[in-house]
Amino acid sequence: MKILVCIKQVPDMESRFRANGDKTWYDEADLAFRMNEYDEYAVEQAVQLKEQLGGEPEITVLSIGPERTVEAIKKALAMGGDRAVHIQDDRYYQKDPWQIASIIASYAKGQGFDLIFTGMQSQDRGSAQVGVTVAELLGISCATTLVGFSYDGGTVTVKRELEGGIKGVAKLKLPALVTCQLGLNTPRYPTLPNIMKAKKKEIATFPVAELSQEAELTATAAIYPPAKKGGGIVLEGELGNQVDRLMGILKEKIAVLR
Amino acid sequence: MKALLIGEYRQGKLLDTTYELLAFADRLGAESALLLVGNQSQLPKYDGRLYLADAAKYGEYNPDLHKKLVLQAVERENPDCIVFVHSSYGWDLAPRVAAALKVGQVSEIVALNEGAFEVNVCNAKLRRTVTPARGLAPSGACPLLVLTIQAGAFTLAGEPQGTPQVEPLELSQADSGIEFVGYEAAEQKGVDLTRAEVIVSAGRGVGKKDNVPVIAALASALGGELGASRPVVDAGWIDHSHQVGTTGQTVSPKLYVACGISGAIQHLAGMKKADFIVAINKDKDAPIGEIADVLVVADVMQFVPAFTAKCAR
Repeated sequence: MKILVCIKQVPDMESRFRANGDKTWYDEADLAFRMNEYDEYAVEQAVQLKEQLGGEPEITVLSIGPERTVEAIKKALAMGGDRAVHIQDDRYYQKDPWQIASIIASYAKGQGFDLIFTGMQSQDRGSAQVGVTVAELLGISCATTLVGFSYDGGTVTVKRELEGGIKGVAKLKLPALVTCQLGLNTPRYPTLPNIMKAKKKEIATFPVAELSQEAELTATAAIYPPAKKGGGIVLEGELGNQVDRLMGILKEKIAVLR
Repeated sequence: MKALLIGEYRQGKLLDTTYELLAFADRLGAESALLLVGNQSQLPKYDGRLYLADAAKYGEYNPDLHKKLVLQAVERENPDCIVFVHSSYGWDLAPRVAAALKVGQVSEIVALNEGAFEVNVCNAKLRRTVTPARGLAPSGACPLLVLTIQAGAFTLAGEPQGTPQVEPLELSQADSGIEFVGYEAAEQKGVDLTRAEVIVSAGRGVGKKDNVPVIAALASALGGELGASRPVVDAGWIDHSHQVGTTGQTVSPKLYVACGISGAIQHLAGMKKADFIVAINKDKDAPIGEIADVLVVADVMQFVPAFTAKCAR
């Protein structure tokens, strides 16, 4: 069995964000990057499947981005990926989901991947389009928003998270692509020995120009901070003073504090 | 401008979010037609064309078949845009339709801005306007696009009215690589937060499981219930029955205290109807600050114990 896991490196969402010079994306200066959280669940599920099948499947990790992307790739390898593909693209952020999906599909086409795992969306752009579009381009079955995954004899059973705590259960035949939601599993921390082992694993690099050259279908007109609605009271400063002021406000506003 | 709106139906019922599509079409100034894979006995109140396929035949959700049904309606309707709610149905189906037609998709639209679509990025810390790559045509119409709208972002001004003219949709072949097995109901055990007057919720900013009792102590000092955001439930710090948000419970207490919750849209959707919202967060720019009546900029694990002590006095 051949498994592909697609990951993205994104900034820590706790960061402060500001627009870049030409207002097409956020300014990357001073941001700390890490693996997209949803993708950690994708990597973990692939590794658990490999363990279930006695280590037989080969897991390829794929990521598109600039040089720094290698850090996220190395983490995925340390979690249990076997080899990796880094598609080098400094202008990845200017590509729309259609172009990104086309690049992945053009790499994956004809390689006989039985299962492809991705996160359900990226934390930065959040379009939730890339995984499904890759499946469509490859003409394989797809299920999104997985909070449950099991594999038995060529059939995958998934639990999709729907609204209000309801789940939808479905069966897919391989080849298939699934997108992973938070809570699907507990992503492992790479251990030191596994980090050392990962250093020896192959990371093949391809310039993006060697893959798909699809034109974009949507474009960013501008990126900017949302208008502050304001109106709320902001309490800053010394702790004791904050406590007293909040107490005063609650006593005045509502009768829950007696 | 013509819009094809894709309604939703689940477990034998029409979903109310279907009306948000109509509200969005109004805002676009679009002439609209609806598509529903549903049932004749549960039709939306709508004055216009409704393409109706039978959920008993095509599955309440089978993406392969529903995609084909949408494509068939697109052929008959020739719309400028195809609109879904950004829900588990919409975000799953919309990219399939967009890929089949090879047209652009804009996901989770929160507002319209002179014909361009506004979407959030980076946990709503930035906003982006998106246009079709070829720009808007001089007529104001756009090249065919697939759109998904954020749930709750567009609402109808009045009660929906009307009776649709139904046009049946059928597929000649109904084979699919996906087999829908069934639904699994939400867990019934645990806390009913929908009736609570005060909810104090813990988010990731609480730091670790050992700190959860500190938040629970504030909840009990205020005579309320403990709530939670998704990451702390997924991490196993608090049981799922306490989760507030689209995949948990939707609440409307008198007082909601969000402790170390940044304010992901799915959480906000579950709690923004609270009468009074207090957020405690060390990040002044966290999205929760946008809807909070009071934002306390502080470390949760320092502020909450001090505030609880004051309540107890």
